[in-house]
Amino acid sequence: MFPRSFEYVAPADLAEAAEALASAEFAKVMSGGMSLIPMMKLRLLSPDLVVDIGKIRGLDQIEDRGDAIAIGALVRHAQTAASDAVPAALRTAAAWTGDTQVRNRGTTVGSVAHADIAADQPAAVLALGATMVARSASGTREIPADEFFVDALTTALEPGEILAEIRIPKAGGGSAYEKLGRRGGHTDYAVAGAAAWVQRSNGSISDCRVALTGVGTKPTLAEGVAEALIGTDGSASAVEAAAARATEGVTLLEDLYGSEEYKAHLAKVMTARALTQAIANA
Amino acid sequence: MSTTSVLGGVVKRREDPALIQGTGLYVDDVKLPGMLYAAFVRSPFAHARITSIDASAALAMEGVEAVYTIDDVRHLGPVLAQVPIGKVRPLLADGVVNHVGEAVAMVVAKDRYLARDAADAVEVDYEPLPAVVDLKEAATDQRKVHDDLESNILMTWEAGPFGDPDAMAETRRKIDEAKARDDTVVVSIEAVNQRLIGTAIEPRAVLADWNPGYGRFTVYSSTQIPHALAGAIAKTFGVTYNDVHVVAPEVGGGFGLKLNIYNDEILVAFASQKLGHPVKYTESRRESPNSTIQGRGWIATATLVGTRDGEILGYELHGLCDMGAYSQNFTVAIPFLGVFVASGQYKFPTHVKLDCVATHTMTTDAYRGAGRPEAIYYLERVIDAYARKIGMDPAEVRRKNYIPADAFPGAISPVGFAMDTGDYAKALDALVESDGYREMLAERDRMRAEGKLAGVGLSTYVEVCGFGPSGLVDLGFSWSEYGAPSAFSGSGLVRVNPDSTVTVIIGTGPSGQGHQTTWSQIVADQLGIPLERIRVIHGDSEESPFGVGTFGSRSAAVDGSATFEAAQKVRAKAAKIAAHLLEASEEDIQFADGGAFVAGSPDQTVSWEEIATVAYQPHRLPEGVEGGLEAHAIFSPANATWPFGAHAALVEVDGDTGDVRLLRYITVDDCGNVINPMIVDGQIHGGLAQGIGQAMFEEAVYDADGNLLTGSLLDYVLPTAADLPSFELHRTVTPSDINPLGVKGIGEAGTIGSAQTVVNAVVDALEPLGVEHVDMPLRPKRVWQAIQDAKGGN
Ligand SMILES: Cc1cc2nc3c(=O)[nH]c(=O)nc-3n(C[C@H](O)[C@H](O)[C@H](O)COP(=O)(O)OP(=O)(O)OC[C@H]3O[C@@H](n4cnc5c(N)ncnc54)[C@H](O)[C@@H]3O)c2cc1C
Repeated sequence: MFPRSFEYVAPADLAEAAEALASAEFAKVMSGGMSLIPMMKLRLLSPDLVVDIGKIRGLDQIEDRGDAIAIGALVRHAQTAASDAVPAALRTAAAWTGDTQVRNRGTTVGSVAHADIAADQPAAVLALGATMVARSASGTREIPADEFFVDALTTALEPGEILAEIRIPKAGGGSAYEKLGRRGGHTDYAVAGAAAWVQRSNGSISDCRVALTGVGTKPTLAEGVAEALIGTDGSASAVEAAAARATEGVTLLEDLYGSEEYKAHLAKVMTARALTQAIANA
Repeated sequence: MSTTSVLGGVVKRREDPALIQGTGLYVDDVKLPGMLYAAFVRSPFAHARITSIDASAALAMEGVEAVYTIDDVRHLGPVLAQVPIGKVRPLLADGVVNHVGEAVAMVVAKDRYLARDAADAVEVDYEPLPAVVDLKEAATDQRKVHDDLESNILMTWEAGPFGDPDAMAETRRKIDEAKARDDTVVVSIEAVNQRLIGTAIEPRAVLADWNPGYGRFTVYSSTQIPHALAGAIAKTFGVTYNDVHVVAPEVGGGFGLKLNIYNDEILVAFASQKLGHPVKYTESRRESPNSTIQGRGWIATATLVGTRDGEILGYELHGLCDMGAYSQNFTVAIPFLGVFVASGQYKFPTHVKLDCVATHTMTTDAYRGAGRPEAIYYLERVIDAYARKIGMDPAEVRRKNYIPADAFPGAISPVGFAMDTGDYAKALDALVESDGYREMLAERDRMRAEGKLAGVGLSTYVEVCGFGPSGLVDLGFSWSEYGAPSAFSGSGLVRVNPDSTVTVIIGTGPSGQGHQTTWSQIVADQLGIPLERIRVIHGDSEESPFGVGTFGSRSAAVDGSATFEAAQKVRAKAAKIAAHLLEASEEDIQFADGGAFVAGSPDQTVSWEEIATVAYQPHRLPEGVEGGLEAHAIFSPANATWPFGAHAALVEVDGDTGDVRLLRYITVDDCGNVINPMIVDGQIHGGLAQGIGQAMFEEAVYDADGNLLTGSLLDYVLPTAADLPSFELHRTVTPSDINPLGVKGIGEAGTIGSAQTVVNAVVDALEPLGVEHVDMPLRPKRVWQAIQDAKGGN
């Protein structure tokens, strides 16, 4: 468990960090280090340069920007979990990420940038229709969540880009996150998880987004579910019928924690539970 | 037995301040001048021929001192094993590799990062061979694990009773007859008792330093058996026991994992001798699962036959036990510990037959409970199934078939072993008549009425531990293969120093069990000297009297008893001295806090300080009394000890996901007399965590090619405090009659009693759905699948 040798810098601001990132052949950003360091110790990842953004001031804020909530790159899982400004789906996903130590060290933005196939918060930001704000030496770029998650551990971020902040639209409605963790209950990475957001008007569901994690190769929008639910009254039977479409278009992945069949089943169960809760929260 | 309340009292663990504050000394903390670091090149294949090893790139790296392969060390022979049945492990892979992670070459370099880089730079070419991984397939011998062994089945243990073929034939006849009767029911369960990776918080570490001038090795190792290691190194290098000094400083968890001689322990000694530098190897968490022994790994069928009113007429346990590729210290002997307790606390005829089978996987050996959790698991699962089948209360069925309390002393189990003391119904009744158990049942019924899936599980167990008897030696269990023949006896030395502090030197050392505290209590109780003035020295092959080691819940029963007897000798001598000083008769001397007094005249006293001073001034001693105030004792147990108990669990199952929640857990354990209730409770807590861990989370999963899929703690799920309920512990006390302390052993009981308790609870919860069996670990996917299969009528 010894990483290969690497250089380390801890810049004082984002501009400097972006420059450092561009300076090396293979550089990696480190925020909380909760996933980066284990991967380096296992030699699964051997960057030449680690750019530690942990010393940059001002990135540890959750800000209300009027039309959006902005989560800075150094906001820890614990902070996200405790913030009333953050919608329930993301708050819950953060609260159910890892253990206390991990939540006090790891960051919401780091978890999203890391894009583990079984991570919690990526599903939540996807369901909430967030916008990713990437910073590089050449400027700032906004990436919609829908385009952000490309594959397992792969996002739309370019090698020289730092995910500086995640903006969650203040779209109203209600949201929720449900999962079965690898240790059972809500503990540990998701065997299957679903984040749901719904908007109600005049007694019916007017808008809806559901994202799944743990069951496929990346956090995925369950578009069929939204399609089925929008326009219904959001009753238990409507939720049930919509949840049945949870795995449409999802490439299911069997792993140590479940067969494809089991994962497909869980995706539906978690979708129904998350939707029920989101509707109650709406 | 007790002269003060120290024995049996809650005393906070004296060792904890250092351990908690991080100032305890572990092997990896030891740094010697000029020290080099070793790293291993390990096989990525479960079975392959090595066609070439090219170390040139590694050797060219600045700071790399050496790369060794089997050619450098073949002359030292294989790793010594106490039970060398099967293929013993070569020091480094010899022509073929037989499991993933097998050490192929050792790199020695100036720092540990460089050592790792250099190990990665060693190029090994392999020609992959088919791997035999599946236990059942291995047992067919269709493909051999080792070409030069006759069979993959290395050994077969059979008993009923053990060692008496005629009586065994009679047992089998009885069981067959019972099965053939038309008024009996037969219940059978095939179950997997999965492989586990015992995960000590401190991985193994070893540091060897050869001093050519003294012609001696000093070796620091995170081991449970320092004396055996000294013997093994001496034998391997052709030096004497006196030329090896092994120190086991603090050991961060053992669980049987460190009850082996490991190739790295020999190899760093070799490298140190060759290079003239101390050499250290610290196992990484990632390589540990394939370089340190694993545990369990049985597939067996438990079959029980009984009448419809709960009289059990016979029991069979037939199975396969996975030994892995190489045999290490006790490998094929571990299932024998299961044979010991195969009939549990019951009286019915029992036949047990276990095949020890080689596969291309990491070696298995002793892991907390070692053979006993497996055997008890099958027995207590099938008894539950039988109770369900005949519609009888599971407690009642058990009670009805116990060896009765009046069979003791002198009880012999159906598998042929003499048991010390037991009152099995007492522990069971204490459990089922407790408020807690009644509440569990009521809570289950309440949840069921709400439409939930809830279950209560029960298990009772008997354990054999406190090894002893000394005579186990005659069955081949001793350190004679390590050139240090010994019996399963214990040793303790008690020395009152001139300032009246006490140094206790013992032959076993802790890997978390609290020897420092427990031994202080034993001695304080005898001498009336406060705990703070007692220091316990352990884990040093040179300083401490020869010891077999800490394992099999044996330290207190065996070495504790030796220490008790040594303390009694010291006390007797001190009484002589006190009598002389007080001009009283020796018989009238009694000890109380701080010194001795004359019975009946409590103001005629002499302090320990005065006694000690005089002891070291021989001219002041009475005629015939030698100077000094110390004694050594060897305790040679006539038997092992047999703790027992009863456990219950309440669970809830989420039928939609298969998720199991353990809501409540109650135990009644009987480990004989209790020296320190807090330490005993701590041992039970840890044991439960590991037993429940097996029931719910842990599993070493190999794929068909022999790759370990759960080789990191990301995928090998260990229980944490947050995953477990607050345990409710109770006890009954049935003292052992084979040692003067009346103690049995508590290190493994929690593990032995718990896995099946949780599984029985889950099966109880799923009974309404028609589920009769779910294999461990009770991962949601497996529980959900069992529900689906039952729904599908499979
Ligand atoms: C014991 C343990 C349990 C865990 N359990 C869970 C769990 O239950 N659920 C779960 O979802 N996760 C879990 N995790 C993972 C945890 O959430 C990590 O904290 C998270 O995945 C990464 O956040 P970080 O800030 O630590 O990122 P780091 O480890 O610093 O980085 C992770 C990756 O993201 C990149 N990165 C980080 N920040 C940025 C950025 N601002 N811009 C661009 N790239 C960036 C890094 O280069 C690296 O590749 C667990 C981790 C541990 C150690």
